[in-house]
Amino acid sequence: MQILRSLLFRLASTAVTLVGVAVIVFFVIRVVPGDPIAMMLPPGATDEDIARLTALYGLDKSIPEQFFIWAGGVLQGDFGTSITARRPVLDLVLGRLPATLELSIMALVIAVILGGVAALTGTRERGTKVEAGIDVANGMALSVPDFLWALILILLFGVAWPVFHISGRVTPSLDLPFVTNFYLFESLVRLRFDLWADIVSHMFMPALALAIPLAAIIGQLLKQSLKETMHLDYVTLARTKGYGENHVIIREALPNAILPTLTLVGVQFTFLIGGTVIIERLFSYEGLGNMAIDAVINRDLPLIQGIVILFAVLFTVVNLVVDLTYALLNPRLRNA
Amino acid sequence: MSYLRISELTVNIAGTSTRLLRDVSLTVQAGEVHGLVGESGAGKSMIGKAVLGTLPRAIEIVSGAIELDGADLLKLSPAEHRKRLGQSCALIPQDPLTALNPSRRIGPQITDRLTDILGWDAKRARDRANELLEEVQIPDPQRVLRSYPHELSGGMRQRILIASAFAAEPKLIVADEPTTALDVTVQKQILKLIKDMQQRHDTALLFVTHDLGVVSKICQSLSVLYAGMVVEATGVRSFFREPAHAYSRALLAATPKYTDPEASLTPVPEEVIAAVKAEVDAADAGSRHG
Amino acid sequence: MLDGRSQIRRKIGLRLWLSGGWLLILVLAAVFAPLLSPHGPLEQDLFLGRMPPFWVAGAEPGYYLGTDSLGRDVLTRIIYGARVALIVALVAGSITALVGSTLGLLAGYLRGWVDVVISRLIDIWMAFPPVLFSILLIAVLGPGLVSIIIAIVVIDWTRFARVVRAEAMAQGAMDYPASAQIAGRTRISTMIVEILPNVLPTIVVLLTLEMGIAVIVEAILSFVNLSISTDDPTWGGMISEGRTSIHQAWWIMVFPLITLFLTVLSFSQFGEGLKDRFDPVLR
Repeated sequence: MQILRSLLFRLASTAVTLVGVAVIVFFVIRVVPGDPIAMMLPPGATDEDIARLTALYGLDKSIPEQFFIWAGGVLQGDFGTSITARRPVLDLVLGRLPATLELSIMALVIAVILGGVAALTGTRERGTKVEAGIDVANGMALSVPDFLWALILILLFGVAWPVFHISGRVTPSLDLPFVTNFYLFESLVRLRFDLWADIVSHMFMPALALAIPLAAIIGQLLKQSLKETMHLDYVTLARTKGYGENHVIIREALPNAILPTLTLVGVQFTFLIGGTVIIERLFSYEGLGNMAIDAVINRDLPLIQGIVILFAVLFTVVNLVVDLTYALLNPRLRNA
Repeated sequence: MSYLRISELTVNIAGTSTRLLRDVSLTVQAGEVHGLVGESGAGKSMIGKAVLGTLPRAIEIVSGAIELDGADLLKLSPAEHRKRLGQSCALIPQDPLTALNPSRRIGPQITDRLTDILGWDAKRARDRANELLEEVQIPDPQRVLRSYPHELSGGMRQRILIASAFAAEPKLIVADEPTTALDVTVQKQILKLIKDMQQRHDTALLFVTHDLGVVSKICQSLSVLYAGMVVEATGVRSFFREPAHAYSRALLAATPKYTDPEASLTPVPEEVIAAVKAEVDAADAGSRHG
Repeated sequence: MLDGRSQIRRKIGLRLWLSGGWLLILVLAAVFAPLLSPHGPLEQDLFLGRMPPFWVAGAEPGYYLGTDSLGRDVLTRIIYGARVALIVALVAGSITALVGSTLGLLAGYLRGWVDVVISRLIDIWMAFPPVLFSILLIAVLGPGLVSIIIAIVVIDWTRFARVVRAEAMAQGAMDYPASAQIAGRTRISTMIVEILPNVLPTIVVLLTLEMGIAVIVEAILSFVNLSISTDDPTWGGMISEGRTSIHQAWWIMVFPLITLFLTVLSFSQFGEGLKDRFDPVLR
């Protein structure tokens, strides 16, 4: 019951946040200099043409009026029409969303694996040179943002020793049988491992760049709470039962040490998703972020609005999922 | 026949010459309750930890032997050491609130040693857990086995930890101040429970405590520790009748009597402390020359 | 025991010295750029395009780190690029710290409706993807140094506000602010005289970290061609240009990248080092 009530409260407060995001982005981009309509038309278009097109996109009305028309549409699932692509914003955005989701989730998986291994190894070897080495590596990884890691990875594994693809989502000459845009997932379902390998080889560099800072955070936090847990009595008790170090760390300490890490990873994962914007640009990966930058450059107002709102929704959903997972993992909350 | 024999055990803070235990020797007979008494910091818990192999990494055993049923534990490989302990020793911890893993149900925390280390099948282990909880007088054991620790009271949890310690019929149990963290009213019941269980299962008990009243109720023999050194080791009766060491006498005088709790207490006199300190220094000097 | 502690201190000392040293070199390079640079930052010679650095065969004497596609000296442009980077770091970092800390302090100490409004704003800000937001702002404000600084302040004030709010709240819950008020101070003056000094170390650490972030934001914006005019040397712009000819002339991208990497790492390590210094447990 208590969980349900706090969930409802969360949803209400989320709605307020989303409205805030919508208002701010709407008014900020109305101030953009440059006439998007003029950019659409060939040189030599008449004033009448311009006026007609302006009216078509509703840009002749006052800004508050435009907002309410747009907000009314959004509530009915209509995010307007992209000025450059001349297609519904929702279609365009949902078409690109799977690419960004797959990239973010792959990055998260890499971060959890790297960070988890670092934390567990560091705890096992606590007080030794191995732990000191892990601390230094964590510190470096944390100090430098994904953008720089991406450039370094491009240099190392794209240029100096080209083992991974550094551009695009899939080799363009390949014939794709996919019906959804979840290429990574669908190639697995269709058992097309050749395509899957090609997609992974394209995704790995951008995903790793996004993952490195998060891996460091997970590594540091988890190691710290693991080490604190290792001193507790139930861990000692487990040792006296005859269990070895690995078992004690994984079964006794880890489930309790994971909770404090989990809440922070939620916020950090939204930062990671935000990072896809520039990383997709760097790797010419056809996701939402890349589309967003094009939309800004082309002054495609409806598309920008749609993408920003979608990102905001995505962040909120991630935070909600993290909170629910926390409640599920914590026995005190589970049984309450 | 002595089941546990510790001989000349010396323990330091790793990498330093700071002594925590000095040539400690003691024996515990099979089925006997042996008390380890002393002020806090005297090293009584350290002995229990050394026996169970749970000394912190910053503490090292310099010399000595810990023989369990004739085999020196310190000469075994770490894996064999753990296995041996899992089969024949157990711990009743001090604080029942922190000694159960908050994210695991009670049942598996009692049965894990039986299934994982001793290779019992799950059904047999579950029946055994049930039987043990009944033995420690926990009502509705089925429900308790499915509970999480935070759903149970401190006294309940200590009963569960006692049941868990006896689960594999160990030959030796280390009880590390098992009643200190409990309410006074619960203390007596738990102490009686430990004594009953010990007698029924005929287990040797190394009982760490700072409370001489507890010792008189449960122990047959005891060792008195000061600054990591055994100053007196004797039977309980002779200890309470005529303690041999001046420090023991002082300690006894500083303990409230159950018969007369209002009687004024005498703190350990300074000249006794000085004398026992000199003894410790002499022992240190001796070991350096030897 | 003693050994362990002094070892920790030595490690912290080394970290502060190394990162501080690199930052000092940068400041000196930026201040004395015209004296240090072997060439002019915009001086080009198309006959000397893509000359390799000095240790590679075919290098042109006097161009130590090679030249870019237009024959401009890479070393000179890195030195001049330090000016832009440091101005952005100092100005944007300080204004962000000022704005964010003030709002955080007000929210955390005054509580009530002030806190409700500011916390709600922070929530809304956290729901924006920051890089996209900054690109959007530059598109609105137009390219240029001032725009970049405004964009950084507008986006990153929440970093300070969040942390300072929490600290101010913790400090406000203690006894000493209450007793100061009983002694006759107003709430605002209590906040400035009693609370602020206790939060200041945190703000200084965050400021150092923020400077590193500001340098990166500038580089990202140069990278998507939204920073300063393309002629003015910036590290991000150089990296962006160098990337197009990475297979023919790696040095055009690699040297500014190394400089950027070391600078960002130094700001961050300097901040972490300060944090350990301020930490009373280690002090």
